Amino acid sequence: MSEYSARDVEAVSVGLVRKHFYLFAENPEEALVLESGVKIGPVTVAYETYGELAPGRDNAVLVLHALSGDCHVAAGYHDQTDTIPGWWENMVGPGKGIDTDRYFVICASILGSCGGTTGPGATNPATGKPYGLDFPVVTVGDMVMTQQRLLTHLGITRLLAVIGGSLGGMQALEWSLRYPDQVAGVVALATTMRHSPLAIAFNEIARQAIMADPNWRQGHYYDGPKPATGLAVARMIGHVTYLSDEALRRKFGRRLQGKDKFSFQFNGDFQVESYLRHQGTKFVARFDANSFLYVTKAADYFDLEHWGGKGSAVEAFAAAQALFLVVSFTSDWLYPTYQSRELIRALKKNGRDVSFCELKADCGHDAFLLPNRRLSRLIANFLERIQRESQI
Amino acid sequence: MKAKSEPPSRATGSDSNPAPSVASPTMRFDLALIASWIEPGSKVLDLGCGEGDLLCYLKRCKEVDGTGIEMVEAKVLRGIEKGLTVLQGDITEEVQDYADNTFDYVILSQTLQQVYAPAQLINTLLQIGRQVVVSFPNFSHWKNRWQICWQGRVPVSRQLPFEWCDTPNIRVISIIDFQRFIKKMGWRIHRETAINTYHHDQHGNIVSLLPNIRATYGIFLLEKGKSTVTPVS
Repeated sequence: MSEYSARDVEAVSVGLVRKHFYLFAENPEEALVLESGVKIGPVTVAYETYGELAPGRDNAVLVLHALSGDCHVAAGYHDQTDTIPGWWENMVGPGKGIDTDRYFVICASILGSCGGTTGPGATNPATGKPYGLDFPVVTVGDMVMTQQRLLTHLGITRLLAVIGGSLGGMQALEWSLRYPDQVAGVVALATTMRHSPLAIAFNEIARQAIMADPNWRQGHYYDGPKPATGLAVARMIGHVTYLSDEALRRKFGRRLQGKDKFSFQFNGDFQVESYLRHQGTKFVARFDANSFLYVTKAADYFDLEHWGGKGSAVEAFAAAQALFLVVSFTSDWLYPTYQSRELIRALKKNGRDVSFCELKADCGHDAFLLPNRRLSRLIANFLERIQRESQI
Repeated sequence: MKAKSEPPSRATGSDSNPAPSVASPTMRFDLALIASWIEPGSKVLDLGCGEGDLLCYLKRCKEVDGTGIEMVEAKVLRGIEKGLTVLQGDITEEVQDYADNTFDYVILSQTLQQVYAPAQLINTLLQIGRQVVVSFPNFSHWKNRWQICWQGRVPVSRQLPFEWCDTPNIRVISIIDFQRFIKKMGWRIHRETAINTYHHDQHGNIVSLLPNIRATYGIFLLEKGKSTVTPVS
């Protein structure tokens, strides 16, 4: 996911917002038991909320972020000098697809990441130092479990909808199986119900780039220089998978950067090279390399065909109760449309209520993040329908 | 056409304007007629649902649990925006994913003439649905016959608005042909009617006399098993 890829032209914002923190599992007996069996505690969850929770507590929408996002999702700012709105500002805000005037919108940073929720960069209570690779490997299910703990803390027992794209979509699907009676609607965008070998392959190349950086030092680099080069390369690889052949051709072609002849050196001639280097550098400034390892690993482990020890996706989705809206994008080659169709097949075979649309888009996997009136209208109307039809 | 098992509301003898109880100012006459056949509260699959006019009506007025399948992105979006359940896809593939008897009705409205393997498709529909509504433009309507016989032209009409070079219609069906086809396949016609439409198909009347010549559309309600309806020649 390439965040902040396009600003909202309407510039409608929720104004100033604050990041909150919820701390739990402080006592060892309350520790969070992860899917791997490892126990972890204490756990901090960073989150933001927008809009008002209705008296009936029936208008809560949980937005789930993808690999490099965080809890700062809406068109809002942390203080007067903050120039960066949330990563989905074109979708979340007053009068937008996820309308903060109507819904109480929650977004929490995922477990293992570096957005304020406990991850490999957090302090290990056993050593007083950052976890590094001593942080346990987490899964999408573990992320969802921490989100559910947060909602219990907020007094929300049932969500109007869970909404996410990419890794966020995986969390949305996991929600529908893990807590079926707590979710009325699921919006899964540009996602999959099992990570494909192609997607695992790209993630592994990216992880190898980080681990090959001499500054990485088996993940214990927090007291020294960061594995910046490795993380930048990892981001460059990721970024290519978020775009498409057509988007790259349209955006860069074979144009040269700041020159009209080849340099016959390796400093980077092409605009596309310069763009990727810029994306890599920008990413290093705000993301933790170890978090990249953990979050990509969670995505790779994601496979609802074997969810809960089941033998097939059809068996797994028998548990789901929500209304589903699934959207794929024509040029997404990371999670192509056929993967959405596999999900839909499993839902249909269970008689679940599912709507599906493959939106035409030439900008690849990133399409779900870009301003798109069709997508905003689709989500807005779907949320209205759930509110009208489901008894929550 | 006269069906032995028909309810009394059916017109017999002379043509009549049935003013189906479902009359909606914006809905096509053929769709209004199909809607009048659907039991309230039933589960419906509408194949090639367009922007979901029929499903929207059925959901609002008959509280059906409806799903639509549509190929064109813009139409799918309109349907979902109206609060309907719509899946984008090819009908012949999408119908494969449902368990037997998932639906009370499967509606194949004005699409049969574009289906490559009609027998296979209807067979699948009879598995996933208890009853199947099939409607199609009647190619042997007198205006089409006139164009072929006297003008020597391939028919182009309100119901068949395409030239030979751009038509998606790969099957030429008349009401008689369809009746014979159903008999041959061993299915049962539970109900059938023929209609003549006008005013952009918004209005129409049921045709009882010489439907194969005078009707613009044939509409059938099919079930598994042998037909109890006497085909009209």
